[in-house]
Amino acid sequence: MTTDLAWIDAALTGARPRAVGALLRYFRDLDVAEEAFQNACLRALKAWPQNGPPRDPTAWLILVGRNAALDQTRRQARQAPLPADDQISDLEDVEAPLAERLDEAHYRDDILRLLFICCHPELPATQQIALALRIVSGLSVKQIARAFLVGESAMEQRITRAKARIAGADTPFETPGPVERSERLGVVAAMIYLVFNEGYSAGGAEAEARRPLCEEAIRLGRLLLRLFQAEPEIMGLTALMLLQHARAPARFDGQGAVVLMDDQDRSLWNGKMIAEGLALIDKAMRHRRAGPYQVQAAIAALHARAAHAEDTDWAQIDLLYGALEALQPSPVITLNRAVAVAKVRGPQAALEMIEPLASRLSGYFHFHGVKGALLQQLGRLPEAREAFGQAIALAGSAAEAAHIRMHLDRLSREGQAASV
Amino acid sequence: MLYAILCYNSEEIVGAWTKEEDDAVMADLSVVHDRWAAEGRFAGAARLLPTTAATSLRKGDEPLVLDGPFVETKEQLLGFYVLDCESLDQALEAARDLAKANPGVGGYEIRPVGLFVPGSGLA
Repeated sequence: MTTDLAWIDAALTGARPRAVGALLRYFRDLDVAEEAFQNACLRALKAWPQNGPPRDPTAWLILVGRNAALDQTRRQARQAPLPADDQISDLEDVEAPLAERLDEAHYRDDILRLLFICCHPELPATQQIALALRIVSGLSVKQIARAFLVGESAMEQRITRAKARIAGADTPFETPGPVERSERLGVVAAMIYLVFNEGYSAGGAEAEARRPLCEEAIRLGRLLLRLFQAEPEIMGLTALMLLQHARAPARFDGQGAVVLMDDQDRSLWNGKMIAEGLALIDKAMRHRRAGPYQVQAAIAALHARAAHAEDTDWAQIDLLYGALEALQPSPVITLNRAVAVAKVRGPQAALEMIEPLASRLSGYFHFHGVKGALLQQLGRLPEAREAFGQAIALAGSAAEAAHIRMHLDRLSREGQAASV
Repeated sequence: MLYAILCYNSEEIVGAWTKEEDDAVMADLSVVHDRWAAEGRFAGAARLLPTTAATSLRKGDEPLVLDGPFVETKEQLLGFYVLDCESLDQALEAARDLAKANPGVGGYEIRPVGLFVPGSGLA
């Protein structure tokens, strides 16, 4: 019995994006679609243990959810003297042949639409993420609130506000053309990566609470990839997330402090995720249509392939960061490239590379951290201390601050040793 | 006679399992595996990476390489067994054991093996 319920739960979670996406297409109203799916889930919990699971749980949920919502529309229509136009069109929909409704070809645009409406440009990133987790992944408000480290009622409000905003917006219901589809894919990929980073950037005690965000983002990446099998950037995105998340068990020590990649215990890396990530990046490369996610995944792959830190192919990483700078010029990418340059051509070359970035990155924690480390390698200790001091002032988490403090402690020990 | 038992299930559902649920299923299956091994008829098994990691090659004069699994269906091939069975009945019995250990939807395709190439002792 418990196995049954666990299985039903997994089936409902797995079916959710397709089912809510299809129901949204019928009813053109997110709340109606969500309620219809909720109703279908309740009926599944009653019917499936008795009758056994249906052969196609997703189709079952869509049909039952649709019928439940239509019943309700009809009841409301009877109470109202004159039905609204959109309700009439819903009633007409009942007559349409069933085969069309369960057409596989609709699914990918349904799911893409569902993800796309969460990416409304007026919504701040945190609301986009919360909305996607609630609507597409079906996480409870409580689970999302825990991941964002806010109270449940605050998160409830945030999601309600976000929904109100997209309800007023024009949701595109027509089947998208190839150009629109590829634009939507790009926007949705960026949102999925936001979900991932929200989980990935957290450190220490927060990391555990936020881990589900990374797992959800990977699930969404795989979902998109099943729908758009030949999109190299979606392969790249999913590979990137897998390769980064594979390192999660080694990224923080027992006290929650950051462990740099060079110092990580690589036996803790998740080999299965790395294998999947490498397989995906290999597939993507065959298309010879490079994009930012693929290049970032290729960089992550070089780290993953190195059995020991000293085996890392830094020259190749330097080249890949160069390619990334060309695709997507950004001072943060140049900063990352400087880390590779320091390994290949030494700290002086790297320092010269990042000095022009100072005005644009003066408020960026990692800029001062990298600068401090380079100055330290060059033996310019007072300047290094100053850079680390600025980094601490900008640290976004206790783990980041603790990491820099460790550098400062090492510096003062070196300083003492030098003065002896 | 060697039989291959192909494991079909919905990737969406299996992918929605938590790590704990996945571990529990694997533990239940390993009981079955151990029994077959003790009987000396377990040639090996494989669990495959998600179909999103698959690449296909379609035969032809110029073989065509495609992304994704070979065919698109609601259920994906998630693994297979190669098992020594005396008869189809015994192979069916083995598949029933698997279904008991890993219940739900999905199914198994049972197909006689024409040629079996044993591994080179990788494990």
